[in-house]
Amino acid sequence: MGPVLTPHVREPDSFTLDASLRHGVYEGLRKALAMEPGKVIDLVKASGLRGRGGAGFPTGMKWGFVPKDPAKPKYVCCNADESEPGTFKDHVLMERNPHLVLEGVAIACYAIGAKVGYIYIRGEFLHVATVLEAAIAEARARGFLGANILGSGYDCEIYVHRGAGAYEAGEESALLESLEGKRAQPRLRPPFPAVVGLYGCPTIINNVETLANVPLILVNGAEWFVAIGPEKNSGPKLFCISGHVNTPGVYEASMHTTLRQLIYHYAGGIRGGRELKAVIPGGSSTPVLLPGAIDAPASFDGMVKAGSMLGSAALIVMDETTCMVWAAENLIHFYRHESCGKCTPCREGTDWMLKLLHKIERGDGEMRDLDLLESVARNINGKTLCPFGDAEVAPVLSTLQHFRHEYEAHIREGRCPLPAEWRSGHR
Amino acid sequence: MTFHPNMPYDTGLHQSARQLPEAGEPFAFTPERRARLEEIATRYPPERRRSALLPALYLVQQQQGYVSARAMEHVAEVIGVTPAEVEDVVSYYTMFYARPVGRYILQVCRTLSCALNGAERVTDVLSRKLGIKPGDTDPTGTFTLLEVECLGACDRGPVVMVNDHWHECLRPEDAERLVDDLRTKGPGALSGCHLCVEDKL
Repeated sequence: MGPVLTPHVREPDSFTLDASLRHGVYEGLRKALAMEPGKVIDLVKASGLRGRGGAGFPTGMKWGFVPKDPAKPKYVCCNADESEPGTFKDHVLMERNPHLVLEGVAIACYAIGAKVGYIYIRGEFLHVATVLEAAIAEARARGFLGANILGSGYDCEIYVHRGAGAYEAGEESALLESLEGKRAQPRLRPPFPAVVGLYGCPTIINNVETLANVPLILVNGAEWFVAIGPEKNSGPKLFCISGHVNTPGVYEASMHTTLRQLIYHYAGGIRGGRELKAVIPGGSSTPVLLPGAIDAPASFDGMVKAGSMLGSAALIVMDETTCMVWAAENLIHFYRHESCGKCTPCREGTDWMLKLLHKIERGDGEMRDLDLLESVARNINGKTLCPFGDAEVAPVLSTLQHFRHEYEAHIREGRCPLPAEWRSGHR
Repeated sequence: MTFHPNMPYDTGLHQSARQLPEAGEPFAFTPERRARLEEIATRYPPERRRSALLPALYLVQQQQGYVSARAMEHVAEVIGVTPAEVEDVVSYYTMFYARPVGRYILQVCRTLSCALNGAERVTDVLSRKLGIKPGDTDPTGTFTLLEVECLGACDRGPVVMVNDHWHECLRPEDAERLVDDLRTKGPGALSGCHLCVEDKL
């Protein structure tokens, strides 16, 4: 089967309303508006759609948690903060197929009874926000958004809200805080946002790619969607492949596809004919895998079985020239910078982990530092308000598990053990 | 085992280090920007005006390049929060600058995918060419060099964001030329954001 989310993205006018209508966008919205809202939720439940942002939570179930009580307004937030290192799929969808995203947001609004949807987009994506704003204006002018959409009597407005450079804003409760004009820091749960979310009102937060799948389910049916992927991993998936590959980029495939196919077929294999050393399968927050694990299917369940997670389906491919201590230090530098500072284990832990990794990578490490590093990491895991804490220890614990010999060699030799000409590749 | 407070390996700024914002000149929004802000505020419920704080701060930066302490006071008044609440937000988000920056802010992505493609060397070249360290502005006030975390274009690294514009696939050997081109051509020197999606299904 060919791509269904991104079939037209390379056409020069793919982002316009006319081109989108030619390709059947807004047919799903039309169908949804003719159904009872509850039936739309049932259909999404039947499709088995799981959240594409990282956790893989069933979307229909999330929608079902919203109370039916009409007393309070309800909100839909489309999470377009896309900041997980290695991830750039929503970027493509929003820039080249914005009307599909808007259609998904509008259907979600209708399903839970919201009149307003916010697309929270990361501040760096100004050019993408501009495309979305233009698409909203076009859709509004032609009656696909705004008051009485498509003559249904249903009102729905969608607004773009720009963040300002904070990885943590991609976490759902921190996103709500940011949207309320505060620091992007997570909230204590429960209550969950489906009950107490934006402005204290019931709110659902879904990733861009998740919402873009919804119109396709409306048009083609739940059975069609289920048939695309393995059991419990239904639907198409966008994979982001970066690092030491010949043709990095976004590729749409089913979750039957293995990591090997993604790296060697889709992304054209390792650059310069080198050997694969390690791959991060789902963005920097997921544990690294060794070459022996790449025949596993790149699905939510397949990656868990292989000892990692699908996360945001962002493969970072590293060849034999990569120093894994350096790679771990690079990622912990990211987490230290992005830690929002609310929970002590994460705020202080990232700082200490970076100090230790820096010391080891520089050749000043001692053997006892390895146990200390592992102990700091294990004391962050599971001890924070949001999943950031669990995420930031993945690069450390997984490289310690698979490449402990490399850490030890740094300490023994007092320098990076890799040949100098390899290291100059990235330094 | 205990941590020694004076560990010899220093990783730069301590996270709790608070940098005071620059006081700046007296500030008020131009009538056009004020009107734009009021228009944006209609997107949120009237009693939730604080949601317009981030957009308001973007408008400040558009007007004077950074967010001064005086501008924070003005924004606080316009939005209906305290100046401390505004500073709280400004100091949290990396895209707001509390001190003056150069005309071109070169923001080199340093996270893994870009680093695997030579981002560290790009920063080195730019730093040498401009004669400044990352985090600093050159004496003429033309360039500020910053290292930033993942920009979300990992397939086209190393990525450099210059103000709000993007430049992709910047090889270390081309970094010097980018500075020269920016001096002569302005933002026209930048590649922009080019999407390349392969569909091999």
